[in-house]
Amino acid sequence: MSTDTLVDYDQVLTRYEPVIGLETHVELGTASKMFCGCSTTFGAEPNTQTCPVCLGLPGSLPVANAMAIESTIRIGLALGCRIATWSRFARKNYFYPDIPKGFQTTQYDEPLCTAGHLDVEVDGETYRVEIERVHLEEDTGKNLHVGGATGRIHGADHSLIDYNRAGIPLVEIVTRPIPGAGAKAPEVAKAYVTELREILLALGVSEVRMEQGNLRCDVNTSLAPIGSLEWGTRTETKNVNSLRSVERAVRFEMRRQAALLDEGTRILQETRHFHEDTGTTSPGRSKEEATDYRYFPEPDLVPVAPDEEWVAKLAAMLPELPAARRSRLSDEWGITPTEMAWLVNAGAVELVSDTVAAGASPSDARKWWLGELARRANDAGTDLSDLAVTPAQVAELIGLISAGTINDQLARQALDGVLAGEGGPAAVVEARGLAVMGDSDELVAAVDAAIEANPDVAEKVRGGKVQAIGALVGAVMKTTRGKADAATVKRMLEERLTAS
Amino acid sequence: MSTPSQGQLSRDEVAHLARLARLAVTDEELVLFAGQLAAVLDAVAQVGKAGVEDVPPTTHAVPMTNVMREDVVRPSLPRETVLAGAPAAEDDRFRVPRILQEEA
Repeated sequence: MSTDTLVDYDQVLTRYEPVIGLETHVELGTASKMFCGCSTTFGAEPNTQTCPVCLGLPGSLPVANAMAIESTIRIGLALGCRIATWSRFARKNYFYPDIPKGFQTTQYDEPLCTAGHLDVEVDGETYRVEIERVHLEEDTGKNLHVGGATGRIHGADHSLIDYNRAGIPLVEIVTRPIPGAGAKAPEVAKAYVTELREILLALGVSEVRMEQGNLRCDVNTSLAPIGSLEWGTRTETKNVNSLRSVERAVRFEMRRQAALLDEGTRILQETRHFHEDTGTTSPGRSKEEATDYRYFPEPDLVPVAPDEEWVAKLAAMLPELPAARRSRLSDEWGITPTEMAWLVNAGAVELVSDTVAAGASPSDARKWWLGELARRANDAGTDLSDLAVTPAQVAELIGLISAGTINDQLARQALDGVLAGEGGPAAVVEARGLAVMGDSDELVAAVDAAIEANPDVAEKVRGGKVQAIGALVGAVMKTTRGKADAATVKRMLEERLTAS
Repeated sequence: MSTPSQGQLSRDEVAHLARLARLAVTDEELVLFAGQLAAVLDAVAQVGKAGVEDVPPTTHAVPMTNVMREDVVRPSLPRETVLAGAPAAEDDRFRVPRILQEEA
């Protein structure tokens, strides 16, 4: 669908320096809407969660949701922002049917939080992302375009609107322009949103489910010739709704803009749409100037003036933030920052933590989540956390290995059973008869059979070539189909071959 | 919005405002409204002459802050009532004319 000429990514960086910026919208997890008592439950029947306030009917008056304001301040505090002592809501006027009121209630020149920062790490290097502002506004309704192709607005006959989402508290987090990331710009953008998401989860202010639209990103990208003192004209790519796509959107825009700049074409300051399926962007609505929105202070809402005591109380109640938590866990588990980064990338930090909490050793927990379980998730094309096994079950499995009830190979078979829904590890071991053989008659017979079948090897061991015993152990493991414990088998072989 | 100097408001500015407000205005009306709006702006500009350098801007008639409500869900309107007020409805949703100038 895209006919854009693209420059190879490596080539872009030989001539241009990217500057990126991100605007992230977060739907708060409050029970009720920002300015009225309508429920915010996701997935309700269309237009069953509206009232005169969120529909903007004449005579209705909004009242701010205290929880939403508190959540916004907590986000600001977690990002090291200055919390305003005086803050106001404003009306942003525009005509688009996703807002029933004719304006969006938002914040303009007096946001709740300003001047923060978030440090993110990419390939062992730390990039400081400056936060310009964090403000509170309301979400819009959802459009459904009818006619034309597959719900696209292009060619649609008319649109149908569900206002359930209109008025849900939405926090907008805006970065300052981020220069200096060079080739790593796409990854820095992704790392920023990833870390921001972790913080929001730790704060418990939002479910941050990107697939449900709780977290949405607009990604600004510009290129300037290397050595240029001025930054280039930026585009704003909307609809970037997955972590992977944040990276893809920046990369695509860099390649597209470089092609235009190479041929001397001016970059238009415009809104572009990201297409998840193709990884491309296309032009959207031409950007209105801020003055076109005719912002003015919202007369129906009084200013918000958080007093110092309240802010101090909220600051004292902040949870341990993800970066500090990772640092602490690294120490506790005795792992390096790089090893922790692997866990973060695999989405395994919480899983390992929970497994350790359920009694497993940190090294065993890491080994299973990053090894066998990561392999299973990869094969199934899902995230680790979506595997049908709980951290407690993984700890149980590890416990069975430590107790000598099963070995690693049997544990993998036990895992098959757990993932197939046959029950917990102990139950599966029992049901499938996976427990290792003890010093049983069956095992004694297998050991004797192995010695008998390999007289040459047995002779070598008797003659002092101890390492040759491995072949006999292997033979026993084979006849017992992995159910024997290798150490036990080795001990039994040694007893027989050195006693005589 | 910038305040034009001394009662001047160009036809283009009025046309721009009309477009933002989604009002269909004829050429004759542009001229008429440019004059009328300029008179309104002139009247408002009188306020600018007051000596208020030491007075903080007021945006509210009542000196109140931090009026908030607890995060408690209250009943919404029945959908039939909500859609009864819409010019058109379809599939339990508000029906609006097609939205131009944007490709999604």
